[in-house]
Amino acid sequence: MKRNNLATRTLFPALGLVATLLLSGCSANQEKTLPILGERQVVERQVNGKTVEDTVYLTIPNFAFVDQDSQQVTNQTFANKIYVTDFFFTTCPSICPKMKTQMLRVYDKFKDNPNVLLLSHTIDPQHDTVAVLKDFSERLGVSSDKWHFVTGEKDSIYAIAEKYLVPVKEEKGAEGGFIHGGHFMLIDGERRIRGVYDGTDAAAVDQLLNDIPVLLKEEQHEKK
Amino acid sequence: MRKSRMVAVVLGAAALTTLTQCFTEKQNEGLRVYQANCASCHMDDGSGLRGVIPPLANSDYLVKYRKQLPCLVRRGLNGEITVNGISYNKPMPASPKLRDDEIANLLNYLQTNFGNKNERYTMQEVTEYLQYCPRR
Repeated sequence: MKRNNLATRTLFPALGLVATLLLSGCSANQEKTLPILGERQVVERQVNGKTVEDTVYLTIPNFAFVDQDSQQVTNQTFANKIYVTDFFFTTCPSICPKMKTQMLRVYDKFKDNPNVLLLSHTIDPQHDTVAVLKDFSERLGVSSDKWHFVTGEKDSIYAIAEKYLVPVKEEKGAEGGFIHGGHFMLIDGERRIRGVYDGTDAAAVDQLLNDIPVLLKEEQHEKK
Repeated sequence: MRKSRMVAVVLGAAALTTLTQCFTEKQNEGLRVYQANCASCHMDDGSGLRGVIPPLANSDYLVKYRKQLPCLVRRGLNGEITVNGISYNKPMPASPKLRDDEIANLLNYLQTNFGNKNERYTMQEVTEYLQYCPRR
C-alpha cells in the first residue's frame, strides 16, 4: 500500500511529464509547415445539402514555355513535384549573377532528389534564345532535366511573373534595360506559393534550403 | 632641449598617424571601388559565377595579363578568355568613369586579396598602361 502510494505520487506524475514532453515534441514537429502565400478567397460550397466554407488559394495558372533543350515545359513538367523559380536574363549585370550563384546552391543540394526541380524564366526573350540559354546552362554545368531555363512569348512571361508575385518591368534607364525582383519562389505540388526568398542573400537562401525538406515531407504525407 | 625633443616626438607621432590613416583609406578605397563596380558580378569574395563569370580569387589571369588589366577595367572586355584553364565568353562592361587612381587602388586590392599575393602597381605604372589602351 505504501509502495503504491509512492508510485502514484512520484512515478505517475513523472511518467505523465515525460509523456507530455514527448507528445508536445511530436506535435511541434508535425506543426512545422510552410505558410500558403498570396491572396485567398473563401467560397461556399454545398456538400450533401450542407453549406461548407472552403478557402481557395492563389495558384499558378497553366503555362507553356520552351527550355534550353527546345523541350516544352508546362505545369505537367512539375506535376507531383515541388519547384523553385525565378526571373532573370543572361546579360543582367546587376543582381542576376548573385541570384544564379545562390540558385546553384539549391541545385547542388537537391540535384539527386527527383522531387525538386528548378525553373528560371528569362525576361529578355529577344536576346535569350534557346541557344543562348543552352550555352548559359552548359557553362553553369547543370542538367536540363533538373534546371529548366525557359523562354517564350514576352507577354506570357511577364504575365506569369505577376502570378508568382515578382515585379518585372522593361525600363530603358535601368542597368541592362530591365528591372525585376531577385526573388526565389517555392511552389508546391498544388501550384501554390509556399515561400518567397531574396535570391541575392545567402542567409535567405539558407532558409529556402531548410524549407524545401519541410515541404517535401508535407507532400509525402499528402500522397499517402 | 627636452621640450623640443618632446615636440618632435609628438609631431612625429601625429605625422605617422595621419600617414597610416591615409594608407588605410587607400586600402578601403580599393574595396569600395570593387564593391561599387565589380562585386555584383564577380561576387563579394571574388568567386565569380561558375562557368559564366570568371573568378578573381586565386586567378592566374591577374598575373598573366597584369599589364592589360587597367585598360580592361576602363574599356571592358568582349570575346572569349581563359581563366584557370576554363573558358569564359561573357562581355564585361566598361567602367569609363573610374579615375586612374581608382583603377590603381582597385587593381591593388585584387592583386593582394581573395588569395592573390601578386605584385602591386604603382600609380605611375597604371597611368602609363592606361595611356596605351587599344582603341575600339
